[in-house]
Amino acid sequence: MDKTPHFRNVVLLWLLAMAIMLPIVIWVLGPGLPPGNATVQSHGQVVDNIVLLATSTPVALAVLVYFGYALWAFRERNPEVVLDGPAIRGNTSVQFWWLVTTTVMVLFLAAFGTIRLLADGAGGGQGPNPISIPPHATGDPPLQVQVIAQQWEFTYRYPSYGGVETRQLDLPANTLVEFHVTSLDVIHSFWAYQLGVKADANPGEDNVAYVNTLRPLSFVVRCAELCGLWHGYMFNSGRVLPKAQFVSWITQQRQQYAPATKNLPPYSKTYFPQPLRRGG
Amino acid sequence: MPSSRFGALRTGYITPGGQAMSSYAKRLVGVTVVAVVFCVAFGLYIGLYLINVPGSAAAVATASGDQLYLATVPAAELSDPHNTWVSYYAVNSTSGDWRHVTTYVLPANTLVHVTIFEYDSSTGLRNPLFSQPTGTVGPVLVDGKPTPVVNPTTPAHSFAIPQIGLSVPLEGVSSNAKNLCANAPCALSNAHFTVSFTFRTPSKGLYRWQCFVPCAAGFIQGNGGPMQTVGYMGGFIKVV
Repeated sequence: MDKTPHFRNVVLLWLLAMAIMLPIVIWVLGPGLPPGNATVQSHGQVVDNIVLLATSTPVALAVLVYFGYALWAFRERNPEVVLDGPAIRGNTSVQFWWLVTTTVMVLFLAAFGTIRLLADGAGGGQGPNPISIPPHATGDPPLQVQVIAQQWEFTYRYPSYGGVETRQLDLPANTLVEFHVTSLDVIHSFWAYQLGVKADANPGEDNVAYVNTLRPLSFVVRCAELCGLWHGYMFNSGRVLPKAQFVSWITQQRQQYAPATKNLPPYSKTYFPQPLRRGG
Repeated sequence: MPSSRFGALRTGYITPGGQAMSSYAKRLVGVTVVAVVFCVAFGLYIGLYLINVPGSAAAVATASGDQLYLATVPAAELSDPHNTWVSYYAVNSTSGDWRHVTTYVLPANTLVHVTIFEYDSSTGLRNPLFSQPTGTVGPVLVDGKPTPVVNPTTPAHSFAIPQIGLSVPLEGVSSNAKNLCANAPCALSNAHFTVSFTFRTPSKGLYRWQCFVPCAAGFIQGNGGPMQTVGYMGGFIKVV
């Protein structure tokens, strides 16, 4: 009978591997995880990703350590005699701790995810009646920006600036932005990766998402819902600008698009444009 | 009966050496022939797919600059597989020939003068923002008249290259107009608007263009069929 304390050896090796890998995962790899730290929400997603990675690292290490240990410790030293080991028929202790450990992990992740979502919405679409409004240091009302998706371009309407609609998304820095995402035709998805915001654009629906901008940067907006022929080309760019520069930009946009603005319908959370009924 | 390593001999096939071919050998030959035929057919399919590039039309260099002539029609020519679909065409201004192509080859970083003969009737813009032309150098002329904005209910189509911010609405002719064109090719005597504008091409690359009017009659929300098929209401600008 083999008296080698295999279980103790595996546990010790696992603890050693965790002592080495967890600091690397949390403090070396973690800060570089996507989507970056451009906004409060994207920073929150980096933290979430670090927690998820740190939670899954012990599991992955347990598998790898056991795999390596088994290869080494249970190798057949006498190839002439190949015998199978005794059959294992149930182990109450292992089963109990397996259930306890996995249940605790799943419940922890569910609670963690719920708390994080309720804290500030995590940059996700919350539907027409959001319940997670992020706190904002300045106390100013959020800047409303309507994201209008259509086959195949995003356009952006600023109700607090005369309802002007633009073809580029520019935002002021250090501002709480309240996106109202909707569509004029099929289902699209507004995804500004660097901002940490992603919200479905549904026709006839107002999907609200929040972002606290921080410093100036350039970002890309993409459609993340397969929406037809030119879905792959449905992207445009945006910028987070210092506030004075943003005011200058939006003033220039109001002048440039003054003729079209007169043709726009009054600002509304959703639109049912005429060709929608005529097209078919 | 003699035997071979391939199994029992059967009558029917005689090898050059005079021996009958075994059933195993026959199966081997059959499988090989089928495999070769399949590989050749597959290779032809891939090869033809790779070399079968959709046709294109290039801007014509003239003394006044590069000119691109296009037309929009209520329905493609009768011989087209989709002869009820709205479509763009390239028009040869000299010969008057119409080509059903939607890939346009333009020189890079150059002012290109575009003339579009618009023969279709109005559908209206889904987003009135596109009622204002953008991205052009100079005004958009409709039948020679500068048009800074159109009524959003009147466009039949639009010509837009979103990546460079170009968007030009094309007003539709009245559905009560006399001598409406039914199918391509149309004549200048048919009711139409002539829309002309100039824009500067970007650097070399492949850009998509599209119509932003939901003009596909008979399809849900007007955005099916010709709006979802390259070669009708969308295509590429190949900047060389």
